[in-house]
Amino acid sequence: MSLIDQTATELLAALSSGRLSSVEVTGAFLDQIESHDSKVRAFLRVDAEAALARAEQIDRHRKNGKPLGRLGGLPVAVKDLLCTAGEPTTCASRILEDFRSPYDATVIARLKAADAVLIGRTNMDEFAMGGSCESSAFGPTHNPWDLGRIPGGSSGGAAACVAAGMAPLSVGTDTGGSIRCPAALCGVTGMKPTYGRVSRYGLVAFASSLDQIGPIARTAEDAALLLEVLAGHDPLDSTSIDLPVPRYSETIGQPLEGLRIGLVPEHFGEGLDAEVEAAVREAVRVYRSLGAAVSEVSMPHSKYAVATYYIIAPCEASSNLARYDGVHYGYRTDQIQMMAELEAQRKELQQAGDDAALEELDNALIRMYRRSRAEGFGPEVKRRIMLGTYALSAGYYEAYYKKALKVRRLIRQDFDRAFDGVDLILGPVCPTPAYKIGEKVDDPLSMYLFDLYTVSTNLAGIGGISIPCGISSDGLPIGLHLQAPTFEEERLLRGAHMFQKATDWHLSSSFAHISTVFEAVARRFCWSVQRAGLAVDPLGPTRGALSPPS
Amino acid sequence: MSEPYTIIIGLEVHVQLDTRSKMFCGCSTAFGAPPNTQTCPVCIGMPGALPVMNRRAFELALKTAVALNCEIPRFTKWDRKNYYYPDLPKGYQISQFDLPLSQDGYLPISDPKGRFEPKRIGIIRAHLEEDAGKSMHDEAAGVADSRIDLNRCGTPLLEIVSQPDMRSPAEAKAYLTELKLLLNYLGVSDCNMQEGSLRVDANINLHIDTPEGTVATPIVEVKNMNSFRAVERALECEVRRQYELWQQTGQKLGDVPKQTRGWDEASQTTRPQRSKEESSDYRYFPEPDLVPVTTTEEQVERIRRSLGELPAALRSRLQESYGITPYDADVLVNQGRNLVDYYIELAEGCGDGKLASNWVQQDVLRTLGEQQIEIAEFPAPATALARLLDMVRAGKITTSRGREVLAEMITSGKSAEEVIKDMGIEQVDDSALQDLCRELIEASPKVVAQVKQGRQKAVGALIGQAKKKNPNVNPARVREICLELIGNGH
Ligand SMILES: [Zn+2]
Repeated sequence: MSLIDQTATELLAALSSGRLSSVEVTGAFLDQIESHDSKVRAFLRVDAEAALARAEQIDRHRKNGKPLGRLGGLPVAVKDLLCTAGEPTTCASRILEDFRSPYDATVIARLKAADAVLIGRTNMDEFAMGGSCESSAFGPTHNPWDLGRIPGGSSGGAAACVAAGMAPLSVGTDTGGSIRCPAALCGVTGMKPTYGRVSRYGLVAFASSLDQIGPIARTAEDAALLLEVLAGHDPLDSTSIDLPVPRYSETIGQPLEGLRIGLVPEHFGEGLDAEVEAAVREAVRVYRSLGAAVSEVSMPHSKYAVATYYIIAPCEASSNLARYDGVHYGYRTDQIQMMAELEAQRKELQQAGDDAALEELDNALIRMYRRSRAEGFGPEVKRRIMLGTYALSAGYYEAYYKKALKVRRLIRQDFDRAFDGVDLILGPVCPTPAYKIGEKVDDPLSMYLFDLYTVSTNLAGIGGISIPCGISSDGLPIGLHLQAPTFEEERLLRGAHMFQKATDWHLSSSFAHISTVFEAVARRFCWSVQRAGLAVDPLGPTRGALSPPS
Repeated sequence: MSEPYTIIIGLEVHVQLDTRSKMFCGCSTAFGAPPNTQTCPVCIGMPGALPVMNRRAFELALKTAVALNCEIPRFTKWDRKNYYYPDLPKGYQISQFDLPLSQDGYLPISDPKGRFEPKRIGIIRAHLEEDAGKSMHDEAAGVADSRIDLNRCGTPLLEIVSQPDMRSPAEAKAYLTELKLLLNYLGVSDCNMQEGSLRVDANINLHIDTPEGTVATPIVEVKNMNSFRAVERALECEVRRQYELWQQTGQKLGDVPKQTRGWDEASQTTRPQRSKEESSDYRYFPEPDLVPVTTTEEQVERIRRSLGELPAALRSRLQESYGITPYDADVLVNQGRNLVDYYIELAEGCGDGKLASNWVQQDVLRTLGEQQIEIAEFPAPATALARLLDMVRAGKITTSRGREVLAEMITSGKSAEEVIKDMGIEQVDDSALQDLCRELIEASPKVVAQVKQGRQKAVGALIGQAKKKNPNVNPARVREICLELIGNGH
């Protein structure tokens, strides 16, 4: 088995025992990036030299018997909105293209302390606003399963790089589904932890009350390993919770006894792709065969989740992004040109004798703000800033933001009530498999509706995980969504691991490296179909309604 | 009041709290450091940086609120006030909007000179927020060159908003003086207006009596006042201006948008400030990066017990315990707690509150002023001065000799007894005094004749001569003896 096909857990065992060096492991993933990332474009920046130097240093420490951190030489990719001291943190935006952070985000500091090799910075929707990775100012990331399709977003690069064998572990952020959606569309495992589980210090904010950092990996076991490093209280983040971090990777092998699973009928209604529904129902059957009891839970307010989300998130974003104004750092408009333009306008108005317009003409400062922001932000970011600014304005606050906060509480109550009777809530992650690049660019509303099943998790502040549970007739991965009450990450991981022990869907992403990505995907697909079809384990999955491609 | 109007004044006071570090980060709050040296990712609004509340600032704010007789809600939260300005690097200020940490309090004010009746000024609310940075504009020749210093950015500010309860500029000044004194006693702020640690904005308008009933003039916000005196003057000026404007235009409240005017010290007038405040919409919403703060009954009680004696209570106690006038109590208390402590020790030591008050106000305060020192640095301890006053009271030395002794005690740092000894001031024996008086009477038949005609004042000439012969004589005793001797038929 090739090096990059192994899970992070396997690689770590090999590194710890000395069978593999970090340089070998890091080199293998860098090679994969080198060969295929020109097509996938999962990474915005890769510093191979620095990564290898770090790997070498870790190898040396290991050789010298120095105790190593939890990740002891494993490569980790990082979404480009986590601040890293002395390095660019662009948020895939022109406005921060040349920005270098003076400090490390807490998770970056934790990764460094855990002896991770930070292999590169992954692409994303600009400021994490989007579900397709198309709003990146530096071009879209392509889904490794079908380069014509989106990888999901906003952590598109973070999920795609794991799917394409370019990194064993990856760190993303999830505000309304930004980890789980791309994980589902790229056929990998991605978790949004409980709000407050992972420090947000140094995470460039999109919507502060919803943002949460989480792991993306091939397996739940790998995600557990990475979460152990990321999670924990941080005095620098007032919203981080001071609770001990369980050793997720040690308990993950224990199946959940007497598991009670809840299904939300509203999540199987209109808009859900038939193949996705079939795959999710098949996954439910797998759980049932593993001894789980399944019942329906009512989430009467879930139908308001998207509307609520698209009030709260833009409101917070409009304020969070106010700091990018060209004054202290980041992009600033060409001042000479700006002043010339302003002067020309003034003269024109003077000649026309239009005193009213002259009075209204921007002063230099206001014009600098306007131009810097107009030139620095992309259309989706502007759309959300405008939405949020509008919704927070005097006279609209009560009708929008305040009402949205009320509905948010009701959604949380729905979950609280539901979790009285069940341990996990199961459902689809996204309504369809990956759509084509460009397909929804002009239809933001349908793009927003793609978050239908994931936004409530963020609104309620609970945890959720996306794991692969099938492949569509177009050969595209389908994700299964598990949600648990707050701070039950262990339950999510153990629940996900149960499924992954009984099925092979998560392994289907392991062969991405063979020759070209195109080929890889085809092979991987055939392989997984075969594996699934030949499964002798009576508890294993069946193909259900899905049919192999012709 | 002869004027046909009532003045309505409300004040907004911003006080920098005396914490070592800023409101939401660990940067120092010290004044005067080189620009932009006391900053970090949090207070300069770097991407991803998050605020963490300074507990100490919150406690100082609570302490002030309790001392202002405010209600302390069990639950308070933070909000963002959104606006763009270069000295506000986040694009919003963390403040408190609808659930401030305190509300509905009051501050009693009075005027020892009796210009207004004692009254309570209502406090609408006192809430915490972070300060912005400082912009320095150089707009010479139309080329705007602005420099920004972010050292102040994030300094804890307590905003204290009064009810529009003040009816004259003098009341406004009294309120500010009393508030500053209170903050001083609480030790929560140095209240240095020059360094900007206390800033005042005033809202003022007039309620004019007309035959058709009362008419309110448009409310004007006055800013840029750098001393309490300036506040008083600016308000006086605004009263005149508003009344004249009303007479000319008849403009009423609601006819024009609220105006902001700045006090111009040089011309002693208020001028309109170019401000987009009228149309600004701060789009307040709850700050998601901070958690709400809960305060328990016990916490408030603990704070209440820790307040110590506040100025109003202290004034009454001084009047009652030491028999001094409200005016004297006011002067002493307004000097701050340390001076009051000195006074109390002195009054207790010499057993005469009135005498102690006179000496503190005349001699001690003058010395403090001349030498620009604090009472803690005053060279004569209260106990030493008390012994001196004892001697003065007992008539052992005169008041004027006593003053000389104190002056020497201040320069030399010696005790009253040592100075008296060094200066050769000996108590004059009564029989020696009798002899001296007899001698003077015999030499001054003219004085004797005048006294006998009933002009007792004439004896003053004898006292003067006695003092010349022996500076240590007690003039009152000389007078007594002389009158007695003359009366006895001398
Ligand atoms: Zn700071």
